[in-house]
Amino acid sequence: MEPILQVKDLKKYFNTPKGLLHAVDGVTFNIDKGETLGVVGESGCGKSTLGRVILHLLESTDGQIIYEGEDITKINKDKFRELRNEMQIIFQDPFSSLNPRMTVSEIIREPIIIHKTIKDKKEIEKKVSSLMDTVGLAERLANTYPHELDGGRRQRIGIARALALNPSFIVCDEPVSALDVSIQAQVLNLMQDLQKELNLTYMFITHDLSVVKHISNDILVMYLGQLVEKSDAKDLFKNPLHPYTKALLSAIPVPSLKHKRERVLLKGELTSPINPKPGCRFAQRCVYAKENCHHDNPVIEEVLPGHFVSCHYVREINNLK
Amino acid sequence: MSDKAVQKNTSKKKKGQWSEVWRRLRRNKMAMLGLTIISIFILLALFADVIADYDEVAIKMNTSIRLQGPSKDHILGTDELGRDIFARIIHGARVSLQVGIIAVGIAIIIGGTLGAIAGFYGGKFDNIIMRAMDIFLAIPSILLAIAIVSALGTSMLNLMIAVGISSIPSYARIVRASVLSIKDQEYIEAARAIGAKDTRIILKHIIPNSLAPIIVQGTLGVASAILSTAGLSFIGLGIQKPAPEWGAMLSSGKDFIRQSWHVTTFPGIAIMLTILSLNLLGDGLRDALDPRLKQ
Repeated sequence: MEPILQVKDLKKYFNTPKGLLHAVDGVTFNIDKGETLGVVGESGCGKSTLGRVILHLLESTDGQIIYEGEDITKINKDKFRELRNEMQIIFQDPFSSLNPRMTVSEIIREPIIIHKTIKDKKEIEKKVSSLMDTVGLAERLANTYPHELDGGRRQRIGIARALALNPSFIVCDEPVSALDVSIQAQVLNLMQDLQKELNLTYMFITHDLSVVKHISNDILVMYLGQLVEKSDAKDLFKNPLHPYTKALLSAIPVPSLKHKRERVLLKGELTSPINPKPGCRFAQRCVYAKENCHHDNPVIEEVLPGHFVSCHYVREINNLK
Repeated sequence: MSDKAVQKNTSKKKKGQWSEVWRRLRRNKMAMLGLTIISIFILLALFADVIADYDEVAIKMNTSIRLQGPSKDHILGTDELGRDIFARIIHGARVSLQVGIIAVGIAIIIGGTLGAIAGFYGGKFDNIIMRAMDIFLAIPSILLAIAIVSALGTSMLNLMIAVGISSIPSYARIVRASVLSIKDQEYIEAARAIGAKDTRIILKHIIPNSLAPIIVQGTLGVASAILSTAGLSFIGLGIQKPAPEWGAMLSSGKDFIRQSWHVTTFPGIAIMLTILSLNLLGDGLRDALDPRLKQ
């Protein structure tokens, strides 16, 4: 299938008083149309930054972003504004991502007004109420303010706002991590239904592995701005190859008494993403790390078909040829 | 929030944002008291000519009835030149309110714009604008106003400009501070993500959210502008005699304070009531403008 989005060696560095912070450091991946790419990693690994760079909310330092065959990396602001019809984002925190002084309908209406996709006022009203219906917001909530609603309803507003321009690609930046577990399921199901209905492509950023397993086709595991493993979702959960992914997956709680499991406990701290030294960034916490892991940069390679890993000793660790 | 509460809030037909604000303001008794007092002053100022003729009662001297206490003919008494104090107060309200409101208007428009630019764009703009404001702030505002009035000459317009300019820095600071705190909110990023331009982000997202401190400062500012005007008139740089102005009335009445208390007391009460009511109204407006405080 045709990839809707290709990201090649994308980098985003921040200038900080202490030095260059490598938030996203050479990330490469594709997303196919209608699929969901899960991006997982712990806090501060650059997954949200990645989403924001793709949407030009932050400027990229280096690399390429190709959307539907068109290089949009260095495209200017006004040109990109048109692309916002196509690419949208759902934010993590439904409490801070909605303007407290705008009513629900004003929030959902705003993208339509900005892009003038619909001009007639009555038509806009119709569109807003149909959007509210799509995301499961009762029409009587149209004139309420966000603070009057619970987290689930607010996140539905965020989803409706993202859908208002009929986009085909949506970055979901931890859309359910601020919600109660019961509401999480509702919102996730809604998002999956919408995906089928509207043929949406998701880039789903999260640190919740159960969520990502539930929703993704492919999974991308990030560690300190770099890709460590990329594979089909099922494959990754059945057969994680990178030591970091193994540790990550072993941390998923399993609600079963009989289930005996091996926990891989990580020791040590994250290495600083500011002016990182060469070598594998995970080496300091890795139980398999050898001398050269601390000096040589690992290269991402296809270890098994469709399964990419960035580790010097991936074959030895997993008894692969 | 329970469903019932949501129902209650939404069962009403759609109303404009301002009628919603008005509904909330009405519940605040102190704010309504303030609004009532200030409305009375505004009405008195508007119909001053109908109530008391400017030339005949407020200006014309009549030494035969000088320094009379409150009576049926002159409900607030007469001043040292036999002019009716009530008439002078209501004609003075015109000057005071006009100068106060317009001066604050000038200050909010210029100071607010500068502050918004400084806060929103940051960096060089911020530095240049705010350092200039710091220089302004280093000069006591009343001295600055005196300097401007003496440079431009005494007239009502120059008085407004002087009082307005001298309070620009405080508005610039307030607006900048609230813009800075709002700029990094996620809903600003959300507005960018849906393609909003800078002007829209400033007008639709930042200003409405930073309005509360400006309104409070603005109502307080009208009060202090009235005081500045009174102060300038008191030292003879404001409204020129014999035109009635509250500060000038205080100033000329101070010589007779031992014999005739009413000559200074009533203009003083007028100033006090105006300022108090503006402050009450400002506080109430701040609460009413914030939908999060809605009960």
